[in-house]
Amino acid sequence: MRTALILLMMLGVASIPGSLFPQRNQNPMKVTEFFKANPTLAQWLDKAKIFDVYSSPWFSAIYILLFISLIGCVLPRSIEHAKAIGKQPPLTPKFLEKMEGFTELDRPTEGALDDAERWLKKNRFRVRREDESISAEKGYSRETGNLLFHLSLIVILFAVAAGGLYGSKGETILNVGDRFINTPTSYDNISFSKFQREGDMAPFSLRILDFKATYDVVTSAPTDYTLKVAAANPIGSKEVLKTIKVNSPLTYGSTKIYLQANGYSPVVAVRDKSGKLIFEGPVTFLPQDANLTSIGAIKLPDMSPQIGMVASFLPTAARSAKRGAFSSFPEVLDPRLLVSVWMGDLGLDNGNPQSVYRVDTSKMKNIGLKALSIGDVYNFAQGTITFEGYRSWVNLQIVDDPGKMYALVGAILAILGLLTSLFTRQRRIWIKADGRVQIAGLAKNGVPGLDEELLSLQKALLKNDEKGL
Amino acid sequence: MTSRNLAYLSNYSIYSAIVLYTIAFFAHAIEVSFSVKNTSENEKTTFDFSRTERAGRIGTAMMILGFIFLFAGVILRGASAHRVPWGNMYEFSITGALAFSGAYLFALIKYKLRWLGLPVSIAVLLTLGTAITVLYRPSAPLVPALKSTWLAIHVSAAIISGGVFLLANTIAATYLILDRMEERGGRNEWAKKLPSLETLDQLSYRLVAFVFPLWTFAVIAGAIWAESAWGRYWGWDPKETWAFITWVAYAAYLHARVTAGWRGRKAAWLCLFAGSTFLFNYVYVNIWGTGRHTYSGL
Repeated sequence: MRTALILLMMLGVASIPGSLFPQRNQNPMKVTEFFKANPTLAQWLDKAKIFDVYSSPWFSAIYILLFISLIGCVLPRSIEHAKAIGKQPPLTPKFLEKMEGFTELDRPTEGALDDAERWLKKNRFRVRREDESISAEKGYSRETGNLLFHLSLIVILFAVAAGGLYGSKGETILNVGDRFINTPTSYDNISFSKFQREGDMAPFSLRILDFKATYDVVTSAPTDYTLKVAAANPIGSKEVLKTIKVNSPLTYGSTKIYLQANGYSPVVAVRDKSGKLIFEGPVTFLPQDANLTSIGAIKLPDMSPQIGMVASFLPTAARSAKRGAFSSFPEVLDPRLLVSVWMGDLGLDNGNPQSVYRVDTSKMKNIGLKALSIGDVYNFAQGTITFEGYRSWVNLQIVDDPGKMYALVGAILAILGLLTSLFTRQRRIWIKADGRVQIAGLAKNGVPGLDEELLSLQKALLKNDEKGL
Repeated sequence: MTSRNLAYLSNYSIYSAIVLYTIAFFAHAIEVSFSVKNTSENEKTTFDFSRTERAGRIGTAMMILGFIFLFAGVILRGASAHRVPWGNMYEFSITGALAFSGAYLFALIKYKLRWLGLPVSIAVLLTLGTAITVLYRPSAPLVPALKSTWLAIHVSAAIISGGVFLLANTIAATYLILDRMEERGGRNEWAKKLPSLETLDQLSYRLVAFVFPLWTFAVIAGAIWAESAWGRYWGWDPKETWAFITWVAYAAYLHARVTAGWRGRKAAWLCLFAGSTFLFNYVYVNIWGTGRHTYSGL
């Protein structure tokens, strides 16, 4: 029990560094920044897994030890408690004088035990009657609640572990109009737990019908996001219209689909000098601020020489001397596409992975710059680009966590157990009638309230006596 | 009435509450300091409560009035934005101050705790002052992530727990100060009026035992909400981490008392430590933290 408590406190202390240092699974960008700012320190911290605290071996070690220790101390106690259920309260002690609230009553012994038993039973005590004494106990459920609480903690720990061993978590960016089929290849990134197989994935498909975002006119803060999809589960069955909002994901069994982020994809068409269509379609841009000033890249490796465009999309274009061109509102009211065209080698063939939102311009030459409104065509020396329009995109997070129902059940039981154990008082009361009538009691953990009860019992005994006379 | 007018009305209520709490603070300060009577230099200092009874009553009256105005301020703030008033740190702070002074008034009725009026009025004034000068943000609608029934459930449970934890902390701190005085040869005159060490010890324990299940519930409600808004019920976000640490600290406190039989000084220090993890969570994570619990600047 003491070990479990120490381990619990160690777990608390061990979780502190994770809240002070950036974590890879939460904010990888910040980790990279930290490495740049303090290279040597970062290397040492990294060896101690300070950037992956919650998946580090030392954190898991405490967690697993706590788990074992909790089982080791709660299970034997539960068995003992279960055995004690039908049992009678322990025998009345020989001498009551030293117990709490000891009183000798001025009444005859005859009928005293009957009166006491009646009072005790009315107040729902468990009563053990002997020849000349009664031993009574109440508040047995305190230990029941206590054990229920600790057993529920074990259930929660189990559920958390199960979530880490089974399930999957992935993300995908979809434009309005796109179709998504729930297979690993459809995701931008997906991670599987140890025992999860691809075949376990929920067989659904989604078609993005419409996405609507509304914003506060004064602060530009978003006020509502609503995503409408046509969903089929299983794939190929009849599509059903579903709405996904930030606080109401779409659920299929243990799989949930969350709306996480949104942005704009400008739709462009690029033609070469001869007018042949090289590329046409939406290009996902990455929002940079609250007004959704977005940046992106249009890469055309098939043109020769290769062409790359560094571009910004402004949903509501504005201009100031200090900031240059920027967006002044997140909704599309006056859209502009700013393109800076580069010619040369995109560097795609050297095998190094590249961001789809940036162009490596180190081996390229700038050949033009232009701001386009919808419908505008810009003629750069090697061809033309047409800004045809835009589509909204949404970032969906799709999570399968089979453990979480158990965690919820565990949590509810834990609260019930905690309430029962903290608000039940456990106490014993004894009455002796061997010539003299004596009462006394014992409150476990020194909880107050026993005195009043003894007083009430005393009153009952004396009053009945008067009546009898 | 328009939203803007309601927001102004809310601000005026908060300002009025600050004035009332200031008067309460002075009344309680007078109550404490003037109950000491020095007849002459040679004589022993004596003590006269009847002289300051009126000041104490004024203090309590002002605390009740302040509570009413603060309550109105919080309600109007919510009405101005058509939502529960828990969208940013300014709103958490005014509601927290309300919960704290509410817990005090409740304890005042139940346990005759008027002596706590001085520290409580100081704490409320500091909270409201910081809220209105540093943390103030104009009333605005909620961002989509906060639009959920869980906002009302999770945040109210957390705020009430916080108010009671801080009250337990105030009592534990008083315990330690008085304990030190007694160790050095007896209480100062003003402190003789305060309850016995044993009463203080019991009281702070009972407050914690009473509110610990609520805090557990606040954490669980947060997890349920996180599951529907962020796609996971627990992600070791800094706020979650520190809520867990607070929970562990109070669990340790309860075990130390019930199982290991800790009383008095040791228990009071543990109580203070646990309460400070809560405060750290509120201040550090909201202002310097990077987690997902930061909205609208603060």
